Amino acid sequence: MTRYLSSGRPILEEMRMQGIVKRFPGVLANDHVDFDVRTGEVHALLGENGAGKSTLMRQLYGMYKPDEGKILIDGKEMHFNSPQDAINAGIGMIHQHFMLVPGLTVVENIALGLKSSRGPVLDLDRVEKRVLELGEQYGLKVDPRAYVWQLAVGEQQRIEIIKALYRGASLLVLDEPTAVLTPQEVDDLFVTFKRMASEGHALIFISHKLNEVLAISNRITVLRDGKNAGTRPNENVTRVELAQMMVGRPVILQYNRPPVEAGPVRLRIQDLHVRGDRGKDAVDGVSLEICGGEILGLAGVSGNGQRELAEALAGMRPVRQGRIILNDKEVTNGSPLQHINVGQSYIPEERMKEGAIREFSVADNMILADHGKKPYSRHTFLDFKAIREQVGKIVSDFNVKTPSLDTPVKNLSGGNIQKLILGRELSRCPSVLIASQPTRGVDIGASEYIHQRLLEQRLCGTATLLISEDLDEIRALSDRIAVMYEGRIIGIVDSKDATPDRLGLMMAGVETA
Amino acid sequence: MKRVLNKVFEALLPLLAVPVAFLIGAMMLLALGANPLEAYGAMIAGAFGDVSGLTQTLVKATPLLLVGLGVCIAFRGGVINIGGEGQIIVGALAATAVAVGFKEWPGLVLLPLCMLAGVLAGAMWGGVPGILKARLGVNEILSTVMMNAIAVQLSNYLLRGPMIDPKEIEAGTRIAQSALLPRSVWLARLVPQTLLHSGAIIAVVLAVVVFIFLWRTTIGYRIRAVGLNRDAAKYAGINVPFYQALSLILGGAFAGLAGAIEVMGVQHRMMENLASGYGFSGIVAALFGSLHPLGSIPASVLFGGLLVGADKMQRAVQVPSALIDTLLGLVVLLVVGSQVISRRRAHRRETRG
Repeated sequence: MTRYLSSGRPILEEMRMQGIVKRFPGVLANDHVDFDVRTGEVHALLGENGAGKSTLMRQLYGMYKPDEGKILIDGKEMHFNSPQDAINAGIGMIHQHFMLVPGLTVVENIALGLKSSRGPVLDLDRVEKRVLELGEQYGLKVDPRAYVWQLAVGEQQRIEIIKALYRGASLLVLDEPTAVLTPQEVDDLFVTFKRMASEGHALIFISHKLNEVLAISNRITVLRDGKNAGTRPNENVTRVELAQMMVGRPVILQYNRPPVEAGPVRLRIQDLHVRGDRGKDAVDGVSLEICGGEILGLAGVSGNGQRELAEALAGMRPVRQGRIILNDKEVTNGSPLQHINVGQSYIPEERMKEGAIREFSVADNMILADHGKKPYSRHTFLDFKAIREQVGKIVSDFNVKTPSLDTPVKNLSGGNIQKLILGRELSRCPSVLIASQPTRGVDIGASEYIHQRLLEQRLCGTATLLISEDLDEIRALSDRIAVMYEGRIIGIVDSKDATPDRLGLMMAGVETA
Repeated sequence: MKRVLNKVFEALLPLLAVPVAFLIGAMMLLALGANPLEAYGAMIAGAFGDVSGLTQTLVKATPLLLVGLGVCIAFRGGVINIGGEGQIIVGALAATAVAVGFKEWPGLVLLPLCMLAGVLAGAMWGGVPGILKARLGVNEILSTVMMNAIAVQLSNYLLRGPMIDPKEIEAGTRIAQSALLPRSVWLARLVPQTLLHSGAIIAVVLAVVVFIFLWRTTIGYRIRAVGLNRDAAKYAGINVPFYQALSLILGGAFAGLAGAIEVMGVQHRMMENLASGYGFSGIVAALFGSLHPLGSIPASVLFGGLLVGADKMQRAVQVPSALIDTLLGLVVLLVVGSQVISRRRAHRRETRG
């Protein structure tokens, strides 16, 4: 007997992927993967970057065709040639990057690409009514008349979910939906997930955050190197086990952070104002002090001025007002070179755009900032022997896995490029380090390594500003945690007192004394 | 294995551009009623078949290579120099002015001074777009093209006015050309009875120098870093606008030198049409040489040969000279197009993998 959703669409009882193989030139992205999801459950798909999660889901959504294997829906084999076929079969996908038109309203976005019930005339009222109904039913609060550009990321995500539901999706694939949310918004989203599951929807939740996966999923499947490393019911598995399944070896989730005697103030930021790209002050009066031997974590939902602050501290973005003092030298509006010369190292947010040159070799990238100094060059001539010697040392010190020093960086994995950048920046023995999203998109193994190096640097007396959207990372490494909200520091708390709840409230703009 | 084959294919693609262009050219020759085999035979024999042809080829390759070296530096620095033509003209004008103005000075001093004048004039002509780019972000493609127009008009004015050969005024013919350069600054002929001059050697030596400059010095390293990724270079403390301007200035300097050497080695006086398209063909030669200074050497010889051989072909099979331009244009299109395809294939492979 067929069961129906409240929308009147039949419930998709079971989706089963069997022996899925997908090859790309030189890579086996999915290697005989079995995966299934049933109505009423949240099935988490966990894995590191490059483990094959997105590839697997893109095949389900008709974006790629599998080389081998079958996709069965309610026992019937399906062949999806395009996302439209998948949508027709009751599958919806919420992408990491939202597919909304900013200049249109919420209802207009939802009606976009659908047939109107009144032929060529729009029936937005009807759409609006349905949007409100869906919002009510699943706890997805939205204003249907608002323009998308006016909405925060969390709201935009809710619209994407409503859009999929409106189109009759019974099975929803959510690709890293929590990456852009505050902890409270994540909680709300999970409430919605539960309601959808109890209604009879099936949900696939792609993530690499262990806590969230354990908080919401009924079953968890881990992909590693394109293979299914195991599917477990939530009750029978722990965080440590999951991490181990992802990496393939035991992992440290908690670091040892011995007390360090605070050194002198190395980085002093006074009432800093920095314009954002839209001409308004993205950094609106920030003051911070960081001492030697201290890691100050800067948390916040992305887009609250962290990026602009980091760029100003690198000397890449003009300071409108206020001062930056590095090691007692004022460097406000100084060039990046001046910052470097006063002892600052910088790990930029976008490693391929700002941190490394794709076409340059490992060796060439390693000398990017210091090529003009000894031992890398003498009298404007590069000294290749010294470069190879020195770079080889850094490469092995920092565990950069590369076929050779002459390999172009674009052929390395994200984690290895990040270790290369870290090696380059730390081998300079900086007294101040600005690390912007140092482990974003980096696999667990490399993250762990990077974290340990940052902690070692702390023991050496470096003052570190760690800017990250990953709260676990911030809490694991920082001595103090500052939260940025709408261009200001809304509060600074000692790491001991920084519970996720408290940080979450601060990230949402609530000042907690 | 498939990966290796892909790589080989992509590397060979630009080289295939030449035979493919010739194939299309052959069809046009057929349409014009000429025998393509005969035509191409005449072309190759004309360009490379005897001492006279070969030396002419090398004479034409010399300015192509010099301009191409400047193009290599500019393109490696991420800036596009289309101003070679104007830079050749001002380089030639400056060298001529110095040579004629100080003609009683000994050659040992005057000859290098003329070259230096050409280099500096070209550098200045490249420097204007360079500084505009660095200071105000003015698009260098537009500004270098406009500097070409200015150079042509400057040359027209000078060759009809202050720099005109006094003999032309006496004779009343008033052809727009300068006085003959003093013999002391004429470049030595390498093969008697031909035009091949020592400028060719200078060009080859400079190709090696540019190679060393780009890949062995810190300045060259910075230019390449800026060209490949401005943001990363800037984060690393490299002064991006300065090196962009420098690449344009150096590009101009090489084209200016090409102008000076053309005057001192071939024409022995400044005249209209001295640049005769070398400023543009040099870009193509550099692209064909993969923007590598050493790769530009054979590429320049090939394009020099095409220019010379085309002349011979025209006479041998009686086709309109426009066909020659068409053929050269086809080579350019196919070379540039094939590079785009190679890059796109490589990119697609990487992003998929």
